[in-house]
Amino acid sequence: MVKKIPIGPFHPILEEPEFFELHVDGENVIDIDMTIGWSHRGIEILSESKTWDQVPFLVERVCGICSCSHPYAYVKAVEDLLQVEVPKRAQYIRIITAELERLHSHLLWTGLAGHFIGYNTVFMWCWKYREPLLDILEAVTGNRNHYAMMRIGGVRRDVPPEEYGNIRKMLDKLWEKNDMLTKAIIDDPVIHARLKTVGIFNKDQCRLYGALGPTARAAGYDVDARRDHPIDAYGDLDFDVILCENGDVFDKAVVRQLENFEAIKIIRQCIDRLEEMGPMKDDSELCLEIGEIPPGEGIGVYEAPRGEVLHYIRSNGKNMPMRHKIRAPSFNNILTNEASVPGNTVAAAGLITAAVDPCYSCTERVGRVDVNTGERYVLSEGDLIRLSAEKTEEIRRQLGM
Amino acid sequence: MDAAKYLFSYLIFPGFLFTAVAGLLATWVDRKVTARVHWRVGPPWYQPFADMVKLLGKEVIIPAGARATGFLIAPVVGLAAATLASTILWMANLYPASSFVGDSIVVLYIMTIPAISMIIGASASGNPLGILGAAREMKLIFAYELPLVIVMLTTVYKVGSFSFEEILGYQSANGIMMGSVSGVIAFIVAIFCAQAKCGMVPFDIPEAETELAGGTHIEYSGAPLAVVKLNMGIMFFVVPIFIITMFWGGVSLAGWRILTTILKYVAIVTIMVLIKNTNPRVRIDQAVRFFWGPMLVLSIIAMILAVLGY
Repeated sequence: MVKKIPIGPFHPILEEPEFFELHVDGENVIDIDMTIGWSHRGIEILSESKTWDQVPFLVERVCGICSCSHPYAYVKAVEDLLQVEVPKRAQYIRIITAELERLHSHLLWTGLAGHFIGYNTVFMWCWKYREPLLDILEAVTGNRNHYAMMRIGGVRRDVPPEEYGNIRKMLDKLWEKNDMLTKAIIDDPVIHARLKTVGIFNKDQCRLYGALGPTARAAGYDVDARRDHPIDAYGDLDFDVILCENGDVFDKAVVRQLENFEAIKIIRQCIDRLEEMGPMKDDSELCLEIGEIPPGEGIGVYEAPRGEVLHYIRSNGKNMPMRHKIRAPSFNNILTNEASVPGNTVAAAGLITAAVDPCYSCTERVGRVDVNTGERYVLSEGDLIRLSAEKTEEIRRQLGM
Repeated sequence: MDAAKYLFSYLIFPGFLFTAVAGLLATWVDRKVTARVHWRVGPPWYQPFADMVKLLGKEVIIPAGARATGFLIAPVVGLAAATLASTILWMANLYPASSFVGDSIVVLYIMTIPAISMIIGASASGNPLGILGAAREMKLIFAYELPLVIVMLTTVYKVGSFSFEEILGYQSANGIMMGSVSGVIAFIVAIFCAQAKCGMVPFDIPEAETELAGGTHIEYSGAPLAVVKLNMGIMFFVVPIFIITMFWGGVSLAGWRILTTILKYVAIVTIMVLIKNTNPRVRIDQAVRFFWGPMLVLSIIAMILAVLGY
């Protein structure tokens, strides 16, 4: 007998709005229905009513955890439009903030995954190790979250040289703790029993669903925007892209754990380079002078902790973006549940949906429901292409091209 | 006069009042130790009592799809059974003369009723997650009862009697059961079964907060939830006492032996809490395989060793 089990409207662990309906036969999941779109906040349209310099503060609020990745992708999009290269010091400071964010995001996920499988000790320990990291972020940027570091043409403030020592010390400690956590995950037989061969998502499916970030890399699908589209100083830095093979939840956890080591390596290199440069002489090392934003369009891509985040902006020469489109990685990754959940048990379903590290609120951009009839539209590929072409025409007309 | 005595035994000491207070204190020990393992501070000692008082004052919500009678009676039945198990167990320990033939079977039987009552309550709640939790609870009972009964039989075989009086008498004359190889193996198996009986990680599968959002408890609120919680507290008190009685020389409140009693109990509770905090929750199929695989084999080995005289 097939029964329907709801997960939602709030995910029991991520406390974010989503709704999954599991079609189960006893403990086995036969099928899954996904409904997202409960948290539409109109970020894009808001962004189109803010000045170019205000938008980074807005897009920081897209997600509380990727609060550096979104502004990073946005400023890269504007810089793509302007065709400018930001000062070296600013590049390293950007990377330090972004990689610190990746560390805290991955630690947060590992903790939540522990909580999900009822291993609250891992949950508490991971979050304890995350604390010094947030302290460093506060020392460097002034905030534990929403760092407000990104600015078109550079960054807002310097990393004070007296903090280099603290950051290094914290990273050394974190390396040790992360090593311990990684070993605990890789060696624990019960964790093996819970995570291995659960929620398998293979390489071909990654291509089909457009999976991104650790979700794709766990299956051996080699994508990493930091290496594929090296922005700022990423091209000069030495780091590896972690790949696993099986694409199950265990591999997703391992990929995230090992990426922490890479992030620590990257930050260490950046600090070294900053130290070589010596103390800052004047503000031109932090940020370029940016005047008017000319008409045109730009794309910014950055590898957020959850995968590639893409920002597209179009300018008509005024003081605010004419169009700002955000594509968060969770938008692709959440859909992978359709392939990875069926065939598993109910006990695993929640875990698999959490294993892509979804960020529902970043993802929610548009829902299309007829208010009079309550009917939901499903747009086919053809419709989307047609809509997109119409929109381009409209913009062309407005620009008088 | 007899009726008054029985009533006192059941309601005050060593029945309901004593067991409830001790059980709630035991849950505090659990919470405090867990908190320290997590690098948290943990609640003050009266927190479980404060929780009870708060829950009793809250509104009771009966879901629209529920069968109210079964839904509300189930926790009370569980509470009555847990209290009765505790009363029989303590009376046999404190006043051996009150023991009767086969009381260990009675206690073992009564101790499954709280779990069965949760199955009834969850099924009556009409919530699909509750029903899933009930199905898991049912499978779990089948899983852990088998090895638990077999390890209990090792003691019974050695003593040659089902009554607590003779089991305790044998242990005070010939040394505790844990002094033998079979006793130690039986004790280990019993601890894992106790873990499942008390609904603690890794066997809190029926409740599974992050999978089923409470499972069997999902629809309970207010006073019925307080009863459910009290039930779990009492089980957390009774099951270790049962194990101590069977394998570790029993409990006593006379003189300095009160201290060894507390030490024994705290030792078992600490082992259980540490298992809870160093393991993730397993899936139900893994739990069944665990109890019918390694645990069953171990319990049979213990039985064979007991028959051979080890």
